[in-house]
Amino acid sequence: MLEVSGLSAHYGRAHILEDVGFSVAAGEVAVLLGRNGAGKSTTMKTIMGLVRPSAGRVTFLGQDLAGAPPYAIARAGIGYVPEERRIFADLTVDENLAVGRRAAPAGMQPWTPERLFALFPNLAAMRKRPGGRMSGGEQQMLTIARTLMGNPKLLLLDEPSEGLAPVIVERMAAAIGAIKAGGLSILLAEQNLHFAGLVADRAVVIETGRVRWTGSMAALDAADEVRQRYLSL
Amino acid sequence: MDDLVVQALSGLASASSLFLVASGLTVIFGVTRVVNFAHGSLYMLGAYVAWSLVTHGVFAFAGPFWQFWGGILGAAVVTAAIGAVIEVLLLRRIYRAPELFQLLATFGVVLVVQDVALWAWGAQDLLGPRAPMLRGAVRILGLRFPLYELFLIAVGPLVLAGLWLLFHRTRFGVLVRAATADREMVAALGVNQALLFTGVFALGAGLAGLGGALQLPRESVNLHMDLSTITEAFVVVVVGGLGSLTGAFLAALLIGELSAFGILILPKITLVLVFLVMAVVLVVRPYGLLGRAPQGLHASSGPPDPLLLPAPRALRQLGAVVLALLVGSAWVLPDYELSVLTEILVALLFAASLHFIMGPGGLASFGHAAYFGAGAYAAALLVQHAAAPMWAGMLLAPFAAGLLGLVFGWFCVRLSGVYAAMLTLAFAQIAWSTAFQWVEVTGGDNGILGVWPDAWAQPKPVFYLLALVLCVGGAMLLRRIVWAPFGAALRAGRDSPLRAEAIGIDTFRTRWMAFAISAAFAGVAGSVFAYAKGSVFPTYLGISRSVDALLMVLLGGVQTLSGPLLGAVALTGLQEQLMRGTDHWRLLLGATIILLVVFFPQGLAGAARAAWEKRA
Repeated sequence: MLEVSGLSAHYGRAHILEDVGFSVAAGEVAVLLGRNGAGKSTTMKTIMGLVRPSAGRVTFLGQDLAGAPPYAIARAGIGYVPEERRIFADLTVDENLAVGRRAAPAGMQPWTPERLFALFPNLAAMRKRPGGRMSGGEQQMLTIARTLMGNPKLLLLDEPSEGLAPVIVERMAAAIGAIKAGGLSILLAEQNLHFAGLVADRAVVIETGRVRWTGSMAALDAADEVRQRYLSL
Repeated sequence: MDDLVVQALSGLASASSLFLVASGLTVIFGVTRVVNFAHGSLYMLGAYVAWSLVTHGVFAFAGPFWQFWGGILGAAVVTAAIGAVIEVLLLRRIYRAPELFQLLATFGVVLVVQDVALWAWGAQDLLGPRAPMLRGAVRILGLRFPLYELFLIAVGPLVLAGLWLLFHRTRFGVLVRAATADREMVAALGVNQALLFTGVFALGAGLAGLGGALQLPRESVNLHMDLSTITEAFVVVVVGGLGSLTGAFLAALLIGELSAFGILILPKITLVLVFLVMAVVLVVRPYGLLGRAPQGLHASSGPPDPLLLPAPRALRQLGAVVLALLVGSAWVLPDYELSVLTEILVALLFAASLHFIMGPGGLASFGHAAYFGAGAYAAALLVQHAAAPMWAGMLLAPFAAGLLGLVFGWFCVRLSGVYAAMLTLAFAQIAWSTAFQWVEVTGGDNGILGVWPDAWAQPKPVFYLLALVLCVGGAMLLRRIVWAPFGAALRAGRDSPLRAEAIGIDTFRTRWMAFAISAAFAGVAGSVFAYAKGSVFPTYLGISRSVDALLMVLLGGVQTLSGPLLGAVALTGLQEQLMRGTDHWRLLLGATIILLVVFFPQGLAGAARAAWEKRA
């Protein structure tokens, strides 16, 4: 479904991504694993068009998206949930969802606020509350819900477990499982190996802007050396 | 007492018009982050278009009521369309440019619109008809109060309510509010920003046009409406908090009432009063009454500023040759050319002084003419009241301007970005209105005449050489300071205030001193200019002179030391040629600025340096 190949990106003169390549299959949850600063978020932003790639291809459902503006990439069916959440603080929950709303492609059951409130029950009680007056966990739920309103086929989730209490993390993992069960493909970025293990099928290990290892989560469990070298602190 | 009520009501009526203009400005800024200098021009166009539609009876077929009101609404629609065209043709190309360049480009639009309006409607003031059904007056506490003013008082809250509904009850409005907070996120959610931005710009322009059109029965339409309006609208928007509609409404009420009562209480210093309030508000609440520190704004998307590098050898040699030629000119060129060269030299020092605070200091001063004028007035007042010799005047000038810089700078250097720019503009307007309104001392609009050099410096070649020594010497001294430890501390404070503080640099004090130094050198330029012209006028402190300096620095390029010098020569030369060669110099200058901003966002020297580095 998503093919990334030879992707490079720079901030000024610093090389952030070098020749990054991986793929996400339909209905799969793939996880980009790596330490802080490894290039996970930049990979996400480059796929989304928020960082301009200096080389490489991003092919989504046969369409080359590298260098396209973010809104066109979103309309092609990729939904982006940023690490910093970026809730519109002055807008209510309902209004935040309205900004994300896009018509669903034919044959797909569209996401509605009601369906999303069933997925994230906490949000249902605060539809008129401004996004700025919500807890971190509630904001994280809202930012995922907001992106789902666009009815994407592939979801980019950047560190959804970051800064959340353990009980919320478990709930988040359950929600992601439900979203996957609905047929969405997901590309997750994580440094929390435990959380990745709860939801992901396959791992892409990234360090200093390069892909170092790819394989199933089960294979990663067995590959002590890979985890030692690229993931442990 | 009754007077006061009527005065308060007429203040409310002015507040309504102010709010219409300011609301458009603040909505546009909120979403696009562009400070639209041309907003006053759109207001003026609204008034002119309304005048044409109404007096030519375009809507006369629908009866006298619609002849008038159709014309007013039609003008708002036409202005909105003009705004959309400006956004599509110009602004869309420069959203990624530094904010000062955007300001410069919209100032180019101001110049173009001035000439187009002059060509289309002529130079004389135009009087519009009265509004049907609102011609009469009502008696309030026994005093007559025009009905139309009462209608205007109602327009402000009505428009505020309408905008509130638009922004809370429509998808377009919700998207606008979301984009005001974080436009990149809105794009990532699949919203095509280009359409949103064009829509917002058209909305803002339409509001400005409506504000202008509604003035038709109240006052004459003229070519000076643009700059006077934009200054007031800036004050309202900044006092209210950039991007806040309710803030703009409160600030419009405050400023409207202040102007209305200012005339009763302190007729001499109404202008000073308004700007003083703005300064006080910004010191107490740096982001305006209801504004917030900018957030959700991600670091500028442009390339990082290049490092300041010593001039290459070739450039130094070129400089030496030019200097030798300039010295030699004193013996060769006739008097007229020498006085043009003298003006260029003055512009050069003025631009270098502004660059000192803008480039290394990282603080955009929109009111640098205040210090230029302070130097000029200090010298002229000394001549007039103490019959002092020239050397005394020239010696006093930098101290007077530097002192003014210390006072104003103490407020200004606390802020940064657009807010600092607006505050410096406000202070410059205070200085300007003092020179303009304090007639007993400054001579007001008539200025001070007879500020001639001492006998020995009367011959043009001698004065030219004196100007050469002072201006080139001053510019070189400024350059020296940039490389000195003080300059290094200044640049460190600009690039990373936190880290600079952490290694023991008092960034506030450094910036404050830099501001005063910059002002003092502008004062030197001003005093040379005063003696070269033999007179001083309030225009020396006016907005257009401040903008001239900005143009020089930005056209030349902020991040090179030689840029402002190049910009000074280019701009002074261009103006000289254009004014002599054509009646439409504003149009040409405006178009040139727009093209330069679109094609050379790094400035002339920046482009030259990029070409040079590519070659190497």
